[in-house]
Amino acid sequence: MATPNVPLWEVFIRSRNGLAHKHVGSLHAADATLALQAARDIYTRRGEGLSIWVVPSNAITASDPTEKGMMFEPAESKIYRHPTFYDVPDEVGHM
Amino acid sequence: MTSSKWMQVDQMAVANIEVSETPLVLYALRRADDALILGHRLSEWCGHAPAMEEDMALANMGLDLLGQARELYTYAAKVEGRGNDEDKFAYLRDVRQYRNLLLVEQPNGDFARTMVRQFFYAAFADLYWRAMMASSDPTFAAIAAKSEKESAYHLRHSSEWIVRLGDGTEESHRRAQNAIDDLWAYTGEMFAVDDGERGLIDAGIAIDPATLKSRWLKTITGIVDEATLALPKSDWMQQGGRVGSHSEHLGHLLSELQSLQRTFPGATW
Repeated sequence: MATPNVPLWEVFIRSRNGLAHKHVGSLHAADATLALQAARDIYTRRGEGLSIWVVPSNAITASDPTEKGMMFEPAESKIYRHPTFYDVPDEVGHM
Repeated sequence: MTSSKWMQVDQMAVANIEVSETPLVLYALRRADDALILGHRLSEWCGHAPAMEEDMALANMGLDLLGQARELYTYAAKVEGRGNDEDKFAYLRDVRQYRNLLLVEQPNGDFARTMVRQFFYAAFADLYWRAMMASSDPTFAAIAAKSEKESAYHLRHSSEWIVRLGDGTEESHRRAQNAIDDLWAYTGEMFAVDDGERGLIDAGIAIDPATLKSRWLKTITGIVDEATLALPKSDWMQQGGRVGSHSEHLGHLLSELQSLQRTFPGATW
């Protein structure tokens, strides 16, 4: 159903065992208060969440998908940035 | 097979259960019926709400209320002790055996009317269940502890909508005000007490709803003022739901709610 003139919101949920809020989806709501309630009703029905953030979708500045070559490919050839070239002594145990 | 099945239907279709309405059984049934009927009304919005987000919100509230109804019916059945259960109470009582408030059986109407009905009831239920957490009856106290959180959210959700509808457009204001004017006369019944309930109140099992009225009115007035709406001046109130004298709407609701069990008694899936 079309919801004209009703702003779009992005929803972030922090789960029981999660440390950070994770993006779970979006919804339409007239204002922040109703967006928070709608997020509660849509995205936490199965006990998923302990905390909710809602953010106006138009407040998010996103990278341009057509620029992904320029943005991300230069990092792919630099495997030395991953800390996988060290021998960890047994005594260290789990890091 | 087919013919005997239909014979059975003929015999069973009219069979209402008998209920031994001791004060405690009746008390539990009245609250269970409130929750079931209002929950059913909300379920009628499923797939029809103004937006998908609100569709979910209405269904969520309906399911909260259905859960409350189930616990209260189960407790009524246990106290009554004559083999009835939650399904029999819901599906095999006629309209005159239902004990819910007239308010909750009123038709959904438009979205404003549904929200005003929810608002009037939730503002009461929030106070009621919070008070009932101190009931000397441990089952009621446990049901109250769960229901209170649900009712508190129903109140918040409906309050936010009342403010936005009242202080929204000219049309939403008009619709919200019409709903308040039409439903106001059904609010008095929430605070009424009969002799049987008076005994339960004296025993500490029930609470006196009259003690909630000033706080209820304060909540209602605060939101209605914020919404630039007005409460009617009239204090004449409808009553009858608690003794089975219902408006014409409940029979239609029950014919839908009960149709499957009335047609195919004991059907399961």
